[in-house]
Amino acid sequence: MTADPKTNRQGYLRMYRQMVRIRVFEDNANQLYLAAKMPGLTHMYSGQEAVAVGICEALRVDDKITSTHRGHGHCVAKGAEFRPMFCELLGKAEGYCRGKGGSMHIADQDNGNLGANAIVGGSAGIATGAALSARRAGRDDVTVCFFGDGALGQGLLYEVMNMAALWRLPVIYACENNLYGEYTRVEEMAAGELTARAEAFGIEAHRVDGQDVLAVNRLAQDLVERARKGEGPFFVQLDTYRYHGHHVGDINRGYYRSKDEEALWKSERDPIANFGRWLSEQGIAGADDLAAIDAEERGAAEEAVAYAEAAAYPDAGEVAMHVHAQTPALRAL
Amino acid sequence: MAEITLAKAVNQAIAEEMRRDETIFLIGEDVAEAGTPFKVLSGLVEEFGPERIIDTPISEPGFVGIAVGAAMTGSRPIVDLMFGDFLFLVMDQLCNQAAKTHYMSGGKLTVPMVLRTNLGATRRSAAQHSQSLHTLVAHIPGLKVALPSSAYEAKGLMKTAIRDDNPVVIFEDKLMYNDKAEVPDTEYLIEFGRAEIVRPGRDITLIGTSSMVQVALGAAETLAREGISAEVIDPRTIVPLDEDTILDSVRRTSRAIVIDEGHRSYGVTAEIASRIGEKAFYHLDAPVQRMGAMDVPVPFSPALEDLTVPTAEQVAERARLCVRGEVFDAA
Ligand SMILES: Cc1ncc(C[n+]2csc(CCOP(=O)(O)OP(=O)(O)O)c2C)c(N)n1
Ligand SMILES: [Mg+2]
Repeated sequence: MTADPKTNRQGYLRMYRQMVRIRVFEDNANQLYLAAKMPGLTHMYSGQEAVAVGICEALRVDDKITSTHRGHGHCVAKGAEFRPMFCELLGKAEGYCRGKGGSMHIADQDNGNLGANAIVGGSAGIATGAALSARRAGRDDVTVCFFGDGALGQGLLYEVMNMAALWRLPVIYACENNLYGEYTRVEEMAAGELTARAEAFGIEAHRVDGQDVLAVNRLAQDLVERARKGEGPFFVQLDTYRYHGHHVGDINRGYYRSKDEEALWKSERDPIANFGRWLSEQGIAGADDLAAIDAEERGAAEEAVAYAEAAAYPDAGEVAMHVHAQTPALRAL
Repeated sequence: MAEITLAKAVNQAIAEEMRRDETIFLIGEDVAEAGTPFKVLSGLVEEFGPERIIDTPISEPGFVGIAVGAAMTGSRPIVDLMFGDFLFLVMDQLCNQAAKTHYMSGGKLTVPMVLRTNLGATRRSAAQHSQSLHTLVAHIPGLKVALPSSAYEAKGLMKTAIRDDNPVVIFEDKLMYNDKAEVPDTEYLIEFGRAEIVRPGRDITLIGTSSMVQVALGAAETLAREGISAEVIDPRTIVPLDEDTILDSVRRTSRAIVIDEGHRSYGVTAEIASRIGEKAFYHLDAPVQRMGAMDVPVPFSPALEDLTVPTAEQVAERARLCVRGEVFDAA
């Protein structure tokens, strides 16, 4: 990120657009659930957009990410398209995973997304292994491991952070602290400072306002470049908030968090509104420009939903496909 | 042909494959200078260096997870899990991650990794270092499971496992590391899903896996002296399973005993016996028999431990009962 905002107008507008894309994707996914058109449940990323976008805008296409059950935001931010995403949510053949993964397992390896994961903390090893792969192959791609505050309870994370530190791997552990794991406050589940966990391994740890896309992006640019040069690993705590319930069906939340708290985050700390205001103040984009982006992306999402609703389910014959990969005969002998 | 130990066969297979393919690395506890507690990997770090023979902290889920991620991104890792008993620690990474990634991604991601570990009791190591847990992983779609029964199989199956584009779990019998067998000087692979008829016979089929192939051969030897001709089959991989060779044999002999060192209940013997029951029932002259480790945690005392694993004499006795049509009296 350059110091002078005007020289990076395109970059800023792209970040704004990407955040809007996540928000409209989630609004439509939620509608699909409410209209009983979506099989199963899904976890909304709304409210956390600045985290995924701030980080992924600092990455190249060949950089890798691993994601979580709350993964639509990471997926969009890493470059995924709406149609195959909605198709996946609806279990259609044109989905990113041919309908076999669903909301919690979208992988988009063309854009470096190694997949969402329905095991809390389950992708920490995968991300660290991807970083090891890159280092061994002499590539300079970097891997970002997204996980929630809840994953701090998982031992796997500490095992792999230890190895990443020992071996100086190009991986960034991005802990999205949205204050809750399901229906329990982070303070009730994590003792001590979150960043201290990484510091215990000698990993440089940062804490940043996860609602401020510029702050996130600035930090990410710096850490990604340093990780590329072999100065990793890094740990980042991103303070953020999820607007919806734990999943779309989590409607009555009064027993674990107040409506006032939710309202405050939405009115004061919304990452899209605040960034939009900043863009206007800086003269980078007027209200009309931003409204046009909103309308375009909302239209694109609605079009993709209609497309996905009309799309075909996989053939029954696909149920037994892809259990095992076919090993090329040449390699076999 | 050269006679080498099973340990040497594994070592050769890994070394040959690592020379052929730069993307292969090996990761685990005390695999480098120590060459594992069983010394199976001795010499590899000297040839390939610590960047390819990677010693880890004592973090089984961690290094299995790292292998999964590396396999998804262009590497072909071989994971060394020091004891099969430690599978319980890595189940999430192996069964929820590695096994499902190809399927869940609609075929886009692959996880070409090998997890080599061991099985086998009677080493006086008690219940947490003696289990044969291949059934656990054979139950999970997406994994392949190989059970070498000699140095020859160990080498050929390991090389195939390394070249396979799927997660393969390969169990070596830790009591057989010093057993020798003839191994060709030229390169060979053993195709997965191809059972071997180790000894042809007419009266009964003994299907044995891993360590139990020796036991079955011992029984067949005894039975031959009594005029009973036993065919011994080694499936070599239980996923995929060469059902055809087993069924063909049983249709010819009309009797079968399945012998495997996993616990008797809900295991490999149950699976193979029930497939025979489903598909060759009308060819049978005796109920299919199953012999496996007793359903007890493996005890330490030699006086007790030896009771838990089938012996050649017990298999021979069960075969006699089958052939005489007296199997209903079997214990
Ligand atoms: C290993 C494991 N335990 C429990 C669950 C059930 N579960 C799903 S999401 C979740 C909360 C995760 O919280 P966090 O990591 O903070 O992510 P967030 O939902 O806040 O994005 C739990 C407990 C799970 N999926 N995996
Ligand atoms: Mg959380």
